[in-house]
Amino acid sequence: MRGTGREGLRRGARRRFSALAPAGAVLAAALLLRGGAESAAGAAPEPAAAVERSAARAPARLADTGLYADAAASRVAPDVLPYTPQYPLWSDGASKRRWIRLPPGSAIDASDPDAWVFPIGTRIWKEFSFGRRVETRYMERAADGSWIFAAYAWTADGSGAVLAPERGIRAAAESRPGIPHDIPSVYDCRACHEGGPSPVLGFSALQLSPDRDPLAAHAERPGANDVDLPALVARGLVRSLPEALLHRPPRIAAPTPRARAALGYLHANCGTCHDARGPLATLGLSLVQRVGPGGAPDVPLATTVGVPSRFRHAGAGEAPVRILPGQPAQSVLLARMASRDPLVQMPPLGTHAVDEAAVALVSTFIRELPPDAVPSRNPPPQEEAR
Amino acid sequence: MKKRIIPVTLGGAAVLIAALTLARVSADAGGDVARGKYLVTVAGCNDCHTPWKPGKNGPPEPDMTRLLSGHPEQLTMPPAPASAEGPWMVTGAGTMTAWAGPWGVSFAANLTPDAETGMGKWTEKDFVDAMRSGRHMGRGRPILPPMPVQNVGAMTDADLRAVFAYLRSIPAIKNRVPEPRPPALADAKPAR
Repeated sequence: MRGTGREGLRRGARRRFSALAPAGAVLAAALLLRGGAESAAGAAPEPAAAVERSAARAPARLADTGLYADAAASRVAPDVLPYTPQYPLWSDGASKRRWIRLPPGSAIDASDPDAWVFPIGTRIWKEFSFGRRVETRYMERAADGSWIFAAYAWTADGSGAVLAPERGIRAAAESRPGIPHDIPSVYDCRACHEGGPSPVLGFSALQLSPDRDPLAAHAERPGANDVDLPALVARGLVRSLPEALLHRPPRIAAPTPRARAALGYLHANCGTCHDARGPLATLGLSLVQRVGPGGAPDVPLATTVGVPSRFRHAGAGEAPVRILPGQPAQSVLLARMASRDPLVQMPPLGTHAVDEAAVALVSTFIRELPPDAVPSRNPPPQEEAR
Repeated sequence: MKKRIIPVTLGGAAVLIAALTLARVSADAGGDVARGKYLVTVAGCNDCHTPWKPGKNGPPEPDMTRLLSGHPEQLTMPPAPASAEGPWMVTGAGTMTAWAGPWGVSFAANLTPDAETGMGKWTEKDFVDAMRSGRHMGRGRPILPPMPVQNVGAMTDADLRAVFAYLRSIPAIKNRVPEPRPPALADAKPAR
């Protein structure tokens, strides 16, 4: 594995830091640096208002969320629908299963195909496994229209899953020997899920398109009972979808199959936060793919190729850029994908292991970009200090 | 005469109370400015976010002409000394605005409302999310030591809004603070 020695040194440095724990406030802050989560046994007191906001509104046990008809047998309820996005989120190699349940008689409003509006009472689950089930994340649209975010930690024997503390559980399992897997805090959930116009990320027109990308990184084969875009429309569960998207299923417009796969990866793994319609819009970096009318397919390239980066890293020279065509080693975007140093890594949360397959994919994509790949930009993107 | 004084006095008191109330509430942030100033003071925010200078007749003191403006951009820090093995592990600048340790090098942020270099474009939600999550802008890299974000993040929503309102009320100072430096900068370079 590339960089194993350096990663080991970094981990060693962090372990040394950890071993010097009694150093007061600096150490406490360092613990935050290491993941921001706390063990279930040592959870700090929560601000009351924060507790009320989300996890405390979720049921205490996964078995009480409505996922299962028979929790003991892990038999999923008949009104709970499985689905598989075509561009999965990298979570250090976790195996995942996903489900959604809509209240009877309700439907998703897809009139904006890039920002579906989900009915009150929508429930969504995602199960993470590393050899065994480790956690199941849960979202529910509450009666007041807000979203509840929660995670359920599975017992080691797989007999059940209970609500994790709002600050998550650090090192709840290992994704591979020596690499911890953290159950996220509610704030980490919100960091990604509130980064764009819709808090539901993997259940969208593009992600459920029947025109699936055969080169998508870590592509998963949909199950026999999975719902996709045509099935959802046919069952009346998705309404007001622009007609054109049924006749011509959503697909990323790209010059090559590899570019399509790379842009799809960036959409799913980076575009959740780097979205011109989200709170980070002022960064002038948008990696999300739009499928609706007015969606400009070249925005991800227009906001990266040849665009100066404020981030400095060795080898990038005095004028680092996000993507330098033909030069993956001088592209800040790839450098941050290829690092798991907390100050450098992208995404900044949810992963402790570099996605080597994605680094190879995006690296080749950048290497194959022609020098004139810079689309027209008007006005040119500006990264603002925030 | 008394009959005239009493209503005037009550009216004056009402105006005074209203004025005091208005003075405590920021125009563009919903929090209590006076409460925010109190919290910023007792929580020690100036210890790092206001650069320190030599004291005239005593120990160093915060330079209040640069109130909460973070690490001075003119002060370019040389590479930090190598971390020592053992209990010594943190090196700090004399300004108290730059800190080196196992996390790399961190620089105190410009908390003033300057739009280009400070928090002028932050929303109240950005600020509250950042303090609660311990992440830059609530969704980015970790906020680094020695920022006691675990303490600040334990404030109530009202207190965090008050701190934000106070930070909105102080003079904007243009000062672009450097980005933090990772512990092993070279590691950021991809090998391919």
